[in-house]
Amino acid sequence: MLDAHEPTQVSLTVNGKPESARTTPRTTLADFLRHDLGLTGTHLGCEHGVCGACTVRLDGRAVRSCLTLAVQAQGSTVDTVEGLGETAGTEDVLHPLQQKFWEHQALQCGFCTPGFLMAAVTAVEENPDLSRDEIRERLSGNLCRCTGYAPIVAAIAEYAEQVREARA
Amino acid sequence: MKLPAFGYHRAESLGDAVAVLAEHGPDARVLGGGQSLLPVMALRMANPSVLVDITAAKDLQGHAFRDADGLVVSAAVTTRALETDPETRRRHPLVAESLAQVGHPEIRNRGTVCGSLAHADPAAELPALLLALGGSVRVAGAERRRRIAARDFFLGPYLTALDDGEVVAGAELPLLPATAGWSVREITRRSGDFALVGVICVLDTDSAGRCTDARIALFGIAGTPRRATAAEAILTGEVLDDAVLAEAAAHAFDDIDVVGDIHGSVTYRRRAGTRLVARSLAEAAARSQSEVESARA
Repeated sequence: MLDAHEPTQVSLTVNGKPESARTTPRTTLADFLRHDLGLTGTHLGCEHGVCGACTVRLDGRAVRSCLTLAVQAQGSTVDTVEGLGETAGTEDVLHPLQQKFWEHQALQCGFCTPGFLMAAVTAVEENPDLSRDEIRERLSGNLCRCTGYAPIVAAIAEYAEQVREARA
Repeated sequence: MKLPAFGYHRAESLGDAVAVLAEHGPDARVLGGGQSLLPVMALRMANPSVLVDITAAKDLQGHAFRDADGLVVSAAVTTRALETDPETRRRHPLVAESLAQVGHPEIRNRGTVCGSLAHADPAAELPALLLALGGSVRVAGAERRRRIAARDFFLGPYLTALDDGEVVAGAELPLLPATAGWSVREITRRSGDFALVGVICVLDTDSAGRCTDARIALFGIAGTPRRATAAEAILTGEVLDDAVLAEAAAHAFDDIDVVGDIHGSVTYRRRAGTRLVARSLAEAAARSQSEVESARA
């Protein structure tokens, strides 16, 4: 039993690296990533599970990091937007889905983008045969207030096509 | 908003959970997937002193098909785990299809089946599913264990027959006869939203096309899910032709005080709901008749 203000050690694997920090029970996984681990790529919009900006992968499954307590993620594997791209020498290399977002201008302010990327990577991994309508339905838990969704859906559809071709 | 402060206990077992709940009294709450409780806390509509996390309890994992009780789902089972389970999709497709309507995949990856039942949101699918199936919840407290039937469990909006310190340890979802047809439909403004009106129905028919069992559960229309008893009575014993189905749909909201709000008026919910029930009954009747025919062949 942990008291409300009693810090405890939370250890997990983030983007392939072991991470650990002390935090209290009320800290969400989102705040733990941002404040305690300095990974501010994960964004917080509504903080009650409506907007999807905070979507990360927890043990491979896309979840709302604002509706998961850091203490509940003890021992888990977490993937955030920081882990999508790669660094080759001094060059930052975008993940293929990030590249498609770039090409389609699937972002304006960029606030919702990390959540869309993490949700879409997972959705396409689970089913690369998603149609455009299915992509809309599958990503309906992520809100964007700038682009009107059309370029986001186009970017994800082209990425899914790429994944299908690589698989064939 | 940030969550208010609370103590936290990760229960090892159901017994551990009920002991800690009993020790801390009514201000302690059960934490499952947290997809309903944590938003409610963020909005300061709940402020529990202690959360007892049951998701890691070793005796609350998994589900099983049992002859007597049907599909038995333990408290830590997430919505998506059951929804995507191949055996559940094959043996209880109505359950899989209803689960797929709950929120978004990201919510279903954390949220639990039993947590949704315990939360008792009047617009949620799973309480209506339990009611349509004639299912029960298995309840555990420090003093006793008991089983509560769906019709006795949901008392009002977010209100159940659970006493302080009691946990929903599992849910029993009875299987359907091979000849039963089913349908789950809802009207939402956007995919994944709570239903403005929704229906889950089960129709069983015999080889003469006569209805031997009709169960219609409505949700999103009152403080709890409700059985459309007048419509069920119209269907039972009749050959399910278009006229009978239309007559039943027209009486689906008899005896139900439909509640309106900013998202949908009483008139809208009744009118749209009547059409939704009509489509749903037609779908369930067709499914049942096709099962009857394939059993005959």
